[in-house]
Amino acid sequence: METSPAVEQARAVLAAGLAPALKRSDAPAFGCFPVYSPFELYRAAGLLPVGLMGAGGTVDIVHADARFQSFVCSIAKSSLELGLQKRLAGMEGEVFHSICDFARNLASVFRRNFPTMHIEYIHLPQNAPGPEIEDYLVSEFRRVMAGLEQRLGRRVEDAAVGAAIREYNRPRRLMRELYAMRAKEPERISSSELFPLVRCGTLLPPDEHARILEAAKGEFAARKARRMDRVKVVVEGAFCELPPQGLIETLEGAGCYLVDDDFCAGWRWFSTDVPEGPDPVRQLARAWLERGRATSTRYNPDKPRHKDLVRRVREHGAQAVLFMPAKFCEPALFDYVVYRRELEKENIPHLLVEFEEKMWTFERTRGEVETFVESLLFDVRMGIGMGGTGWGTHSGTWTSGDTGWRNTELQCTRPRARRCRTGTTGSPRRRRAAPRPPTS
Amino acid sequence: MISGNCVEILRAFDIEPAFPEVNALQLAIRKQSLPLILKAEEMGYSSDNCAYVKADAGFTFGEGAPGVGKIPKPSLIVCNFVGCNVYIKWFEHCAEFLNVPLTMLDVPFVRGDRPTDGDVRYVVAQLKKLISDCEKLTGKKFDIDRLREICRLSAKAEDGWQRCKDLCKNTPAPMDAYFDAINLMGPINVLRGTQDAVDFFDVAVKEYEGLVKDKKGPIPQEKFRMVVEGPPPYPFYRQFRDLFASWGAVAVQSTYSTVGGIWEFGFRHDPKNPLESIAQQMLMENLCNRSLLDRYKQIRRYVEDWKADALVIHSVKSCRLFSAGQGDMRDYFANELGVPTLLVESDLEDPRYYAQAMMKNRIDAFFESLEHRRLMRRA
Ligand code: SF4
Ligand code: SF4
Repeated sequence: METSPAVEQARAVLAAGLAPALKRSDAPAFGCFPVYSPFELYRAAGLLPVGLMGAGGTVDIVHADARFQSFVCSIAKSSLELGLQKRLAGMEGEVFHSICDFARNLASVFRRNFPTMHIEYIHLPQNAPGPEIEDYLVSEFRRVMAGLEQRLGRRVEDAAVGAAIREYNRPRRLMRELYAMRAKEPERISSSELFPLVRCGTLLPPDEHARILEAAKGEFAARKARRMDRVKVVVEGAFCELPPQGLIETLEGAGCYLVDDDFCAGWRWFSTDVPEGPDPVRQLARAWLERGRATSTRYNPDKPRHKDLVRRVREHGAQAVLFMPAKFCEPALFDYVVYRRELEKENIPHLLVEFEEKMWTFERTRGEVETFVESLLFDVRMGIGMGGTGWGTHSGTWTSGDTGWRNTELQCTRPRARRCRTGTTGSPRRRRAAPRPPTS
Repeated sequence: MISGNCVEILRAFDIEPAFPEVNALQLAIRKQSLPLILKAEEMGYSSDNCAYVKADAGFTFGEGAPGVGKIPKPSLIVCNFVGCNVYIKWFEHCAEFLNVPLTMLDVPFVRGDRPTDGDVRYVVAQLKKLISDCEKLTGKKFDIDRLREICRLSAKAEDGWQRCKDLCKNTPAPMDAYFDAINLMGPINVLRGTQDAVDFFDVAVKEYEGLVKDKKGPIPQEKFRMVVEGPPPYPFYRQFRDLFASWGAVAVQSTYSTVGGIWEFGFRHDPKNPLESIAQQMLMENLCNRSLLDRYKQIRRYVEDWKADALVIHSVKSCRLFSAGQGDMRDYFANELGVPTLLVESDLEDPRYYAQAMMKNRIDAFFESLEHRRLMRRA
């Protein structure tokens, strides 16, 4: 596949990290912890919302371990570590949301340790859309705006929120288009490319992000690509902490086409544009309620997450689900129970691949995923179809930490029902997931 | 439903509440939690998920537990979570696995000094929806006077609770405000709004007042006064308690005992404004829905007003609501305020995380150094 200059540009943005955003003279940076944040409100206040999304493998945890125990997800610790190592100097403030108990307590720890920052905590409602919940969310967004006004000493106008909605609609629309393109022709745009393209938007103003996405779209459309013998999968569970680039490359190398995923879910929250009508704050609140993703950090009985996952699998013609929670991610790990039950009911094979942002060896994951993929491809060849339930679980990493927890991570790693069918532990034929002639 | 808040509304319809987390702690204290946790892990729960949920899932979605029996299928599931996000998952799973309708009460976490007007309106609107769900379920018309009466009974029990806690300002404290207060959590959280709860606290207050007069406490000699933060290791409740008792250490206050409501600072259910006061209690007057920094303030007040010598933090893996950030708490109390602080770790439900020898070493070393300090000061 030809290299894409747009992807190279995105990778360069990511390689530079938060530093350039913290040095910008046009708009002070305002850090947004995942998952969703109403970026438009900060933008309207003249700030540059950037993602505070952990540090990957780029920092050694020196101080944060003394604040958070070993059983806390990486993103919470490494985000704090960035602050404690003074790598967030220049950040105007930081916003956290009601996604989990870690994120909530992290907001308090930030407030105590970084008293000069404007620390905000948003309670995003957990219920079905309706008039009361909408009023509440509007009042919550207005509270955030009032806090920013007080901090910055200037008005945050509704009209500016409207303009920011227009600004952000552009990259969000382009991301939807690229996702649709990948779902239709995954050979044309690889996930290892789409991932940095999306992620770099967490460090850029929306117009700069849109320019990169636009360029990428043109490059991909012009590309000649050949479909390979791979399995189409939907990835779910990585809506907050992000996997390392190497893990995504590993999944593709092991024979997967990712046709949908939830990476950077908050930055691609809406299923359509946010409407640009009058009362933009209400438009944003209503869009959050009605056009938002079904994700583990949000309870919405009108859109059950497990049903939505099955819908996405069917819509994209995927053959399997890779469930990819970050280590210690409570919302994702809890949801696995219900997802698994539903997928088994629907006869959709699935594999659990736990990750950490700082993991750097992928051999074991590669082996597991290859085995899984090969077995699915074998079934396709033999005409067995999508049956099969209960692939075992695979834990990508285990870090026991240093505060005395014993390692009780003993998830089984063997395929279960599948083994009975083939009579082996995995695939009857091991193949490399190298390019192959197109399947018909 | 979850114990500690808005039970008054269900009582007004004569609905018998059942509390999954009380199941969980009962199972742990009876040393029955591990097989149920393992059963839940087979269902797909992770070893890193809250074990309260797992023990209850293994129990409720399975065949119950020997000698305990099985929980009958509920008619309604009310998720009245405050603070802890795990409850949303837990109750969603209950609704899904048991195929029972779920009413979700979404209580915004307190972000500033107090809840916003928007928060109060939002919660009151949801309480009204709960009332209409209860009306549909029971076929009974909501009776506000009945609710007023229940709130009056709640307030009386809350008076008793405050009095018990206040009596612990005496030296020696008449009860251990961690271990014994956990026993008092039964009546205040499970029976609140009934005459039984009022009667219970009348007896308790009388007994503790008598002990104060006689200068008696739960152990022969009170040597150290401590504030305890975090839930206890239920599967090793007795052993854990003895580790402190052997040093003459008595808890004079604890945060865990306030998860269902903070009554010691004067908040009461108000029969004149029943719904608003229920909303207020859910939003603000309990430990769980307040920020970690508010908890620091609460503990600080405990240390100062109850004249404690030390803070003991029991950090449990299961409960991130409590434990996430307790290292920062230790830093604040030990380094910024100079309060001797001990942090020990295990779990409130999963016996695999409790190591008696290590626990004993840590606790012994801590009190030894406190004793040493005291001797040096005297010298
Ligand atoms: S990775 Fe999961 S547990 Fe960690 S902060 Fe994000 S949502 Fe919370
Ligand atoms: S995390 Fe804590 S508060 Fe939440 S359900 Fe578990 S034990 Fe209860």
